[in-house]
Amino acid sequence: MTFPSSALLAQSVLSGVFVGALYGLLGLGLSLSWGLLRQINLAHFALAFLGAYISYQLASVGGMDPLATLLVIAPCFFAIGAGLQWLFARFEVTPLNSLLVTFGLTVIVEALIQWLWTADFRRLESTYGDAKFRLGSLYVPVPELLTLGMAIALSAAVWATLRYTDLGRSLRAAAEDAPVAAAFGVNERALALVLAGACAALAGAAGVCLALSYTLAPSQIYTWIGVVFAAVMMGGLGRAFGPLIAGIVIGVSEAVTMALTAPSWAPLVSFSLLIAVLLLRPEKL
Amino acid sequence: MSIVRRSIAALAAIAGAFALVVTPAAAAPSGPPIRIGSTLALTGPLAATGQVHKLVGEIYVEQLNAKNGLLGRPVEWIVKDDQSKPDLARTLYEQLITVDKVDLLMGPYATGAILSAMGVAQRYDKMLIHHTFGIPNLAKYDKHFPTWSLGPDPANTFTNTLVDALASTGKPPKTVAVVTSKFPSIHFMALGAREVFKKRGIQEVLFLEWEFGNRDFGPIAARVKDAKPDFVYVGAIGLEGNQLLDAMKKIDYVPPIHYYMYPAPGPMVKSPEGNLALAGTIFEEHPPYTSNPKAEEFIKLFNARAAKAGLPDTAVDTQAAASYSAWQVLDAAVTATKSLDDKVLAAWLKKNHVGTIQGTLRFDGPNNYGDDLMRVKQVQNGRWVIVWPKEVAAPGAKLQTR
Repeated sequence: MTFPSSALLAQSVLSGVFVGALYGLLGLGLSLSWGLLRQINLAHFALAFLGAYISYQLASVGGMDPLATLLVIAPCFFAIGAGLQWLFARFEVTPLNSLLVTFGLTVIVEALIQWLWTADFRRLESTYGDAKFRLGSLYVPVPELLTLGMAIALSAAVWATLRYTDLGRSLRAAAEDAPVAAAFGVNERALALVLAGACAALAGAAGVCLALSYTLAPSQIYTWIGVVFAAVMMGGLGRAFGPLIAGIVIGVSEAVTMALTAPSWAPLVSFSLLIAVLLLRPEKL
Repeated sequence: MSIVRRSIAALAAIAGAFALVVTPAAAAPSGPPIRIGSTLALTGPLAATGQVHKLVGEIYVEQLNAKNGLLGRPVEWIVKDDQSKPDLARTLYEQLITVDKVDLLMGPYATGAILSAMGVAQRYDKMLIHHTFGIPNLAKYDKHFPTWSLGPDPANTFTNTLVDALASTGKPPKTVAVVTSKFPSIHFMALGAREVFKKRGIQEVLFLEWEFGNRDFGPIAARVKDAKPDFVYVGAIGLEGNQLLDAMKKIDYVPPIHYYMYPAPGPMVKSPEGNLALAGTIFEEHPPYTSNPKAEEFIKLFNARAAKAGLPDTAVDTQAAASYSAWQVLDAAVTATKSLDDKVLAAWLKKNHVGTIQGTLRFDGPNNYGDDLMRVKQVQNGRWVIVWPKEVAAPGAKLQTR
């Protein structure tokens, strides 16, 4: 093995940070849903891709700025998430059943995307697409930088909400011990609607970032599931910064593996790290 | 005119009109339909290309039925969605034979599904004509007939064609970076290409493999840039080529000469970074291919149908041409033998050549493969044009390098 140049290594690490930020952003809503609502929401990925396609449509056909599409997507997705949660509560869907039901929803959303946009590849051409700048020997692409910024900002907002607001304290209390929280006047059902709506809106935000940097195809919904689940589990369920930090650790590890050895070994890294964390710190899950 | 004459004329006119009304046009097919069964990847990761094959099949069956069908009977095409899953394709082909009781089979899309269908066809002794099988040495069944004319050893023959094309520029590359997906029908071609490059004196300065589904091409692009090759050979399928090009662009790297195995043709030709990209093909929409009236008619129909179906790329290239050729081969065998017997049809195909829109196909070589008709194409001025060999190159087109 020949050791790569420092420029190659640094560029690879930066690439890993950026892709890790997207893992973290995709994982944020999933982690909150799993940790606080006890729902393993596979449809989160489908919603993210639906958000990406809507962003593509509004920007490509409607002429909107891709980031401004979030103003449309976030409230709509909040309503979708809350609506789904209402249905889950109405039919008393258990955590295990939520996995099956949301998988079914994922298949339905994939079919819907294929029906509306066909199975062909779609690429959002925007002013951000080509934007980049140099930082010493490093090339910094703007779309990925925006994703990193959004991931940090949203994780911080979730962290502050959970820690400093009545809403956040109520959510944590309901997740910890729902009957006791209810005895103190916490309306668990209403909170669940708000949280599910927020998780869906976060999926929409991740979708906008996906559309900024990636070419879209309906079946790509599934290519992110494994690694994002690993980031969520490594980061700890219901933790605001957990998925982002774990995502960046995974992304950088994969990128360094690709820079130093055979790129085909990279997928082993995320799951090896997950196994190591589960063995060494099982209480994290 | 006497009454008798007028009466005769009137009777003749009535008889003529009656004949026109009650006698169907001589070419209209009649009788029970000939049922042809197949599956296609209409959903799942291969659906984008599966849709192309569906359009082509529909066009061909309509063309057949607008004439005299097959053997004077109408043709019914039963196509099922295998969801891009080879295991499901196997079940569905079993179903087509045993439950739907189709007369003939047409292959599904992509190597994995075709291999599954081939196993079923072999079990029931059915002939299988298919259009997109990528690993010729795995096709052992004696009644399979490939219409993607790769030849029996494409890793060797096509790579030599590619190197010949590069040599034709007068400035052949001295070094190559081979970077490839581990997707089966890609990987063996890349490994074969490495051997050919070695034999042809092109020094390999980098060899990398990635798993299909890789998301981050940044480190791979950085390693290619670091290796400074004259020529980048990318064993990519679908979007992977564009993903690598995007990653290269982000670090301000433009490969001097770049080749992609099976790129998504639309996205590659539309991307500014795809300019001068090389790839393999069996058909493009320019002479000499368009000199064939059948091809010209098909291109018009396909362009219109693809646009109506909302496909972003409406051009006829390898996929659509191989698919159309498969139907032409089936049509030719049935018409020549006047039979639907799989043994009779297969025996005829083994002995005869069939003219198709991609050229003349034969099936008498190893594993029923004939000539390697793969050509080298390049993105020039926003469109794919064949640049090598000279005799099939687009008028005035030559391989360009930076």
